[in-house]
Amino acid sequence: MTQTAAIAEPRTTDAKPIVRVENVTKVYQMGAVLVEALRGVTLHFHPGEYSTIMGPSGCGKSTLLNVLGCLDRPTSGRYFLGEDDVSTLDDDELSSIRGARIGFIFQSYNLIQQLSVLENIEVPLYYQGAPAWKSREIALELAERVGLVERVGHKPFELSGGQQQRVAIARALANDPLILLADEPTGNLDSKSGEEILELFGALHRQGKTLIMVTHSDEVSERAQRVIRLRDGQVEVDERK
Amino acid sequence: MSRLAQLRETFSPSRMHRALMMGVKSLWMHRLRSLLTVLGIVFGVCSVIAMLAIGEGASYEAREQIRRLGSNNVIIRSVKPPEEQGASQSRSVAVEYGITYKDIDRIAATIPGIDLIVPSRLIRRNVWVGGNSVDCDIRGTLPSYLQVTTNRVGRGRFFTQTELDDKKNVCVIEESMANRLFPIDDPLGKTVRVDQDYFEVIGVMSREDAASGMPEGSLSPGASEGAPTTMYIPLTAARSRFGEILMKRSTGSFSVERVELHEAIVRITDQDSVIEANLVINEILQANHKNVDYETLVPLALLRQAEETKRIFNIVLGSVAAISLLVGGIGIMNIMLATVTERTREIGVRRALGAKRRDIVFQFLIETVLLSGAGGIIGVMMGLAIPLFISHFAQMTTIVRFWSPVLAFGISGLVGVVFGIYPAMRAADMDPVEALRHE
Repeated sequence: MTQTAAIAEPRTTDAKPIVRVENVTKVYQMGAVLVEALRGVTLHFHPGEYSTIMGPSGCGKSTLLNVLGCLDRPTSGRYFLGEDDVSTLDDDELSSIRGARIGFIFQSYNLIQQLSVLENIEVPLYYQGAPAWKSREIALELAERVGLVERVGHKPFELSGGQQQRVAIARALANDPLILLADEPTGNLDSKSGEEILELFGALHRQGKTLIMVTHSDEVSERAQRVIRLRDGQVEVDERK
Repeated sequence: MSRLAQLRETFSPSRMHRALMMGVKSLWMHRLRSLLTVLGIVFGVCSVIAMLAIGEGASYEAREQIRRLGSNNVIIRSVKPPEEQGASQSRSVAVEYGITYKDIDRIAATIPGIDLIVPSRLIRRNVWVGGNSVDCDIRGTLPSYLQVTTNRVGRGRFFTQTELDDKKNVCVIEESMANRLFPIDDPLGKTVRVDQDYFEVIGVMSREDAASGMPEGSLSPGASEGAPTTMYIPLTAARSRFGEILMKRSTGSFSVERVELHEAIVRITDQDSVIEANLVINEILQANHKNVDYETLVPLALLRQAEETKRIFNIVLGSVAAISLLVGGIGIMNIMLATVTERTREIGVRRALGAKRRDIVFQFLIETVLLSGAGGIIGVMMGLAIPLFISHFAQMTTIVRFWSPVLAFGISGLVGVVFGIYPAMRAADMDPVEALRHE
């Protein structure tokens, strides 16, 4: 599979972006109305970059995140994730790509209620076909990394919001993805828990992970190297610190 | 990746195992709901197995009884005509009825293809040995009786033609009677007393159905109602010792009957002409009897009837089973559709984390099959227990064929697949973006 090749790619060379969005548009049919959610967005993300996407609601940030996360195909334009053009892949191939190269972190954690912490972390590994013993090993290691090793047998509803979000982060890291996509990861958290989660993101960034985070909090975006502001489906500001 | 490789990946043993465990966890989370969902399947499967067992048992009993009467035989019996009964009680005059030696001769002369005719007289008496007595049917018959019964002589021998011709006082008794009259001694060579006559025991019959303790119902010889055991003597001896006049004393009344023969078993060589022979016999008897003081019994016809009854029973049962499993299946489908809607978010998350459509189909299908399979297992266990209870408390024979639980379980699994496909497809066809946005 191409996955190993993609991961072996050096992540620190700024010359070669890991994510390339080329003139992407997305048009939705909402009843009789056509909604242009994205109107020609071009963005490159480099390995190890910590970016935030901001903008008022309805500006297209969710759509952009869905496209970046391979949950949705662009109407036109091209999207390269690693070496491959993923804008034309079929449903099954997109599923494989999501499982192998993308780590999702949601605002409402989205843990699977009937599974334990450890089993939640194992879910992406399961869909990648990793053997059970190996999944368990990786999941335990990740649980330790997010500081929840004592809670691995608990069910999500037995954990606080901050703890649940840390489980979600561990789950996103399970397949060692190319990029981590976070959709308002602190939106449902109190400031203390939110702070802890942001610390964790900072640590991941220092370890060389590529982070793309949607937020509308300036406080959050201050920590990132790069802030992208969208307006009406177009990139309004793209500033690197 | 080739299609085969994809399937191999989806259905690899370790993934199957983990998918199963995941299914069990999801179902376990809603225990009560899962239990209620499968009740339809449970009762369907349970009732099918129990009813099959009862049906099999009943038809087995019927067929056994009929088989014992012989499928090549036509049995003719004397029946006391009902209108005469009242008259006899008021006037105490001998009532004459039943089949006669002449009838037997006529039948033998008219119908070709008769292999054997065995007439019998049946007399109910007490048989004595010293101070012990046993109430029994004395059957005066021919040596050829052995050929038309399934009973066998266990020890000693049956009487011979010579003994018949000489009107010898010899008898063959049944095992149960031998045990009661001769608890210690060997009965062979001993004598038993009936009224003033003594009979030498020359053989002991082992009865085929002795062990099953089957109640002698309407199919057993008419004169022997409730008689537990039979003693066999030569027909000629019966005629000369007991005569043809039977006196019956019952509470307050006294009746005298004159009956030549109580029963005649006609064996036909060719099984295909048994039914036809029965019609001819009936015609002959009808022409020579004023009253209908006889009845004929065709075990083969009864057997066919029993088989037909069983066939109809099976069809009815099959329909009931099909309907209850259909209802059970719809119940499961209904709940699974609700579950799919309820777990839309989970489906979206799983898709985002790399689950392909077929992984989602597989996940929900496994849950449905687990549900219906578990329902099947519970149903099979209940269905196996119920016949045991019935056998124990109602003294009915029940037979569980080994294939019936296997079939019932198999069908319940199949119901799971059939009714699980649609909800699973619905789950897999969800758009991941929409599913993730679902509240």
